[in-house]
Amino acid sequence: MEFWTTPIGWTILTIAHILAITVVLLLTIAFVIYGDRKIFAGVQARKGPNVVGPFGLLQSFADLGKFLIKELVIPAGADKAVYLLAPLISVTLALGAWAVMPIAPGWAVSNINVGILYLFAVSSMGVYGIIMGGWASNSKYPFLGSLRSAAQMVSYEVSIGFVIITVILLAGTMNLNQITEAQAGGFWNWYMFGGGLKNLPLILIMFPMGVIFFISGLAETNRPPFDLPEAESELVAGYAVEYGSTPYMLFYLAETSNIVLMSGLMAVLFLGGWNAPWPAGYLESWPAWLASLHGLFWYAAKTFFVFFMNAMVRSIVPRYRYDQLMRLGWKVFLPTSLVAVFGVAGWLVYTGFPVAVGQ
Amino acid sequence: MALQAIAFYLMAAVTLASGFCVVSARNPVHSVLWLILAFFSAAGLFVLMGAEFLAMLLVVVYVGAVAVLFLFVVMMLDVDFASLRQGFARYMPIGLLIAVFLAAEMVLVASTVATKGAARDAVGPVASGAGSTLSNAEAIGRVLYTDYIYFFQAAGLVLLVAMIGAIVLTLRHKPGVKRQIIMNQVLRTPKTGMRMSDPKPGEGIDA
Repeated sequence: MEFWTTPIGWTILTIAHILAITVVLLLTIAFVIYGDRKIFAGVQARKGPNVVGPFGLLQSFADLGKFLIKELVIPAGADKAVYLLAPLISVTLALGAWAVMPIAPGWAVSNINVGILYLFAVSSMGVYGIIMGGWASNSKYPFLGSLRSAAQMVSYEVSIGFVIITVILLAGTMNLNQITEAQAGGFWNWYMFGGGLKNLPLILIMFPMGVIFFISGLAETNRPPFDLPEAESELVAGYAVEYGSTPYMLFYLAETSNIVLMSGLMAVLFLGGWNAPWPAGYLESWPAWLASLHGLFWYAAKTFFVFFMNAMVRSIVPRYRYDQLMRLGWKVFLPTSLVAVFGVAGWLVYTGFPVAVGQ
Repeated sequence: MALQAIAFYLMAAVTLASGFCVVSARNPVHSVLWLILAFFSAAGLFVLMGAEFLAMLLVVVYVGAVAVLFLFVVMMLDVDFASLRQGFARYMPIGLLIAVFLAAEMVLVASTVATKGAARDAVGPVASGAGSTLSNAEAIGRVLYTDYIYFFQAAGLVLLVAMIGAIVLTLRHKPGVKRQIIMNQVLRTPKTGMRMSDPKPGEGIDA
């Protein structure tokens, strides 16, 4: 046991931790893509992928093989270095963001104090992969797609920022683990429902904030109904037109990873993260590893629930027009979330700061 | 400690090198990309100093928002490189002058901090160290909203004025533009939206 606290032991342990999370995450993404396609197909009364493996479960792995053995074609006029760098940046940021995600009690790779800001920073940098890819392709459709994407992501980040501020105000901390712990003890403590019975009136503010966060998350990850950067009727495949083979797969991987990340963030910020929806005092008598698995189960269940809603929105809601998208972001969500920040702050001052952590 | 030194020298070198590339890159888009790398490694240096809150804000504000708009503009501009290079010699003295001033300011600030310590009873730089319960963000907040509240508010006011100025300068109300007014669309009923008529054969409906 002594060995694990020495610098070398710590490094080995951390790398093993990172590897474990990455491998599980990539496997999850493979099945999430499959699930997404199945849900999409189910809504349209189709069967969806059903050929590779039982029920088509191995479809994502077949696609992976196909992408890997395809020829890599770089357009003649492309800026080679930037063209190849763009998908790498996308996928690095998308996977790096998971470093601070509290997937179970004490299971985050890095439990930093500014975890929520780190996630916000990393997701705001994700736009570079797309904008660089679109520009470096030296073609009109990718360029238009990347410009749309950049404008859209920058716009919706503003309202996401304000929504996050309301949660930070309630929790009194920016540490994702502490935010999760502050929501323990039953679903009425989740920030979606105002965070505790003493804050019950806040449900009027926090529930709409949760909805705004969910919709902004859709826009932030370029998901339908906000998938204008890749609207096939206007821009073919948007920023990814000139990409094929592995680089395209990396873009796709980054996008799906970001969608799962947004679902996970929604679960942590609004749905109590790894807390069970009822008082979980019985966990005291459980062994630590079983309690962790219990937490992991609830975190995964909530994340997949949010992802399911995400997939349903994708299959049900028609695509927005670009000016409507901008109107929704700047004229509806931004003022609403700004007023909500004032409302939550005012409530906290009025009730004498009943925050969970800090002070 | 050795690991921190390695990280510091690595990130400082990347910052300087990318800063140099910003100026020397031939393609303006590459310049902006190098600038973003410089911002990013500067944020890494902040983390090394224990100022993780500032580091994240640097990434969120500069890398995530300001530089995106920069890149946006530079990509869409059709920059003529020849004319850019013509002015180089002429503007060189002014650029050098500004550089000298900036360097002098940095040396002055650094030497003041080195000899007299940081600003009076500031808790910032040591707050995140071991033994202190105050987190980085809290330390900054305590100083910003107590000792420096007037400066902070004044800075906010300046930004507000700048924002209003930018809007006033660019806002144009074009007459004759058909806009979608969602309220009107929602309020439309069958009564206001359609009209019954009984046209005679061969006459059609009047306009």
